[in-house]
Amino acid sequence: MPDIQELQKICSQVRRDIVRMVHKPQSGHPGGSLGCVEYFVALYFNIMKHNPKNFTIDGKGEDLFFLSNGHISPVFYSTLARSGYFPVKELDTFRMIDSRLQGHPTTHEGLEGVRVASGSLGQGLSVACGAALTKKMNGENTLVYSLHGDGEIQEGQIWEAAMFAAHHKIDNLISTIDYNGRQIDGDTEDVMSLGNVEAKWQAFGWHTMKMNGNNIEEVISGLNQAKAETGKGKPIMIIMTTEMGQGVDFMMGSHKWHGVAPNDEQLASALSQLEETLGDY
Amino acid sequence: MEKTLPKFVSTEKKDTRSGFGDGLYELGQKNKDVVALCADLTGSLKMDKFEKEFPDRFFQVGIAEANMIGVAAGMTIGGKIPFTGTFANFSTGRVYDQIRQSVAYSGKNVKICASHAGLTLGEDGATHQILEDIGLMKMLPGMTVINPCDYNQTKAATIAIAEHKGPVYLRFGRPKVPVFTDPNQKFEIGKALLLNEGTDVSIFATGHLVWEALKACEALAEEGISAEVINIHTIKPLDEEAVLASAKKTGCVVTAEEHQYNGGLGESVARVLSQHLPTPMEFVAVNDSFGESGTPEQLMEKYGLSSNAIIKSVKAVLQRK
Ligand SMILES: Cc1ncc(C[n+]2csc(CCOP(=O)(O)OP(=O)(O)O)c2C)c(N)n1
Ligand SMILES: [Mg+2]
Repeated sequence: MPDIQELQKICSQVRRDIVRMVHKPQSGHPGGSLGCVEYFVALYFNIMKHNPKNFTIDGKGEDLFFLSNGHISPVFYSTLARSGYFPVKELDTFRMIDSRLQGHPTTHEGLEGVRVASGSLGQGLSVACGAALTKKMNGENTLVYSLHGDGEIQEGQIWEAAMFAAHHKIDNLISTIDYNGRQIDGDTEDVMSLGNVEAKWQAFGWHTMKMNGNNIEEVISGLNQAKAETGKGKPIMIIMTTEMGQGVDFMMGSHKWHGVAPNDEQLASALSQLEETLGDY
Repeated sequence: MEKTLPKFVSTEKKDTRSGFGDGLYELGQKNKDVVALCADLTGSLKMDKFEKEFPDRFFQVGIAEANMIGVAAGMTIGGKIPFTGTFANFSTGRVYDQIRQSVAYSGKNVKICASHAGLTLGEDGATHQILEDIGLMKMLPGMTVINPCDYNQTKAATIAIAEHKGPVYLRFGRPKVPVFTDPNQKFEIGKALLLNEGTDVSIFATGHLVWEALKACEALAEEGISAEVINIHTIKPLDEEAVLASAKKTGCVVTAEEHQYNGGLGESVARVLSQHLPTPMEFVAVNDSFGESGTPEQLMEKYGLSSNAIIKSVKAVLQRK
């Protein structure tokens, strides 16, 4: 298993992939993607039991991950490719015609690593609940992970799933909120305030935790703590603080880079801040 | 049916969503009862001008479309005229039962304004490219369904629907497309517009496909084929008289739309014709498939929605006359 230094190198490469991926088609979502790099790298290179070389939709005997905030597909695709699900050079086709790397993740073109389409927000927690229930019914001792945007939890369906998961004691589910405080129209606080997020999930019957999502060591120890809480009758929600645009100075500090692609100059500036560690695709 | 422009010239390109944004802003000045709601897409829907100028009449609902439709329905009780704004996918499929029960069945005066409709949304891909929305909305009793063709017409339609009492679905798009209709046009709901008189074939087009139909018409003219082009900006209620009159004159019909065959304009036209005047028809629409990522131009070509596709369909239908 890669050590912390190696994981940090992977993070740097994934960040390069992200900005390059959205630059080529001049479209996509770098902000949330950059903020969630440590989470993805920890999950796919350290935490999850999974089988990249032999992908099946059912993932029998594997831990599963569901991306509910599908717009951060760049970080998802880069991590999948870098961990061996499909060739890294395919990242070059992101958002282009005839690609398997659609703007938002989909099973439609058979891309390895994706188990359900997402992009229309608010649907992934329900799907993760269903998959986690099936794991239990099949007598598996494996886990299901899901990631959600903080803006995304404004959708009512999230709270329908929240109630469902607690009621059915889905305690093999570790969900995470990308708590970056930003969404398209501005700060979540200004658009539609989330109030006390942790208290809300607790009130819905979840075990809650907090972690800093932009420190790889904290993410790994946080996810390991979450694992230790599984099997105790409650679903688990990690409220993960991140910085939108993390790692590229001019993309940090506001919501502006939620869904904007860098131009040539901005790309060069971004890449100069991110070390090429594993080789660009 | 009214006759409009004799010639198709366009000197600039603009997005139809900006027509909506500018129309809404003008409405804000004219009509104190107009209120607007948006689900975290204010910039994409070009509602920011309205938001800035009329903050007391603008309501940000966050990423919560179902709630937005319900709140809009509630605001009509007491006389407001709510305009809701989000992408077409989240304006229809996402909130279908909320629209059906709280708006359509309850007869509420809500204007559902939907941007980024169809394939021309582009790179975001199939999750966002709804091609079923016209069908979903036209099936609802009492719902008016409008799909204007350019910036000027979208602006005029936005202003016109505030005067209409009852639920309206207004569909527009993301890309910059040719502007070719009159900036001072008066928009009449349910009135088809004759853009070019012809004798060999009738092309009924809606939305972005109207310009493609005009391009096809020009190319066909060079081959000696005289095409009548009619802009069906209102899919429901359909201008049946205009459809029947043109079909009777030309004897064959092509419909063109950025939507699935199933449930689209073509089916509405086919129903009228098969009932009153069976006529050979061809359909330019998406053939029972989801879209994908790509540029709008690439997608319109790949999925058979370009002027080339219209020309092909015209030639096919002429064979069947
Ligand atoms: C149902 C639905 N409504 C609206 C959108 C448009 N949309 C895409 S991302 C986004 C903001 C998401 O905010 P958040 O979940 O906080 O993600 P972040 O901006 O932090 O990446 C919106 C409104 C969507 N994709 N799905
Ligand atoms: Mg956010």
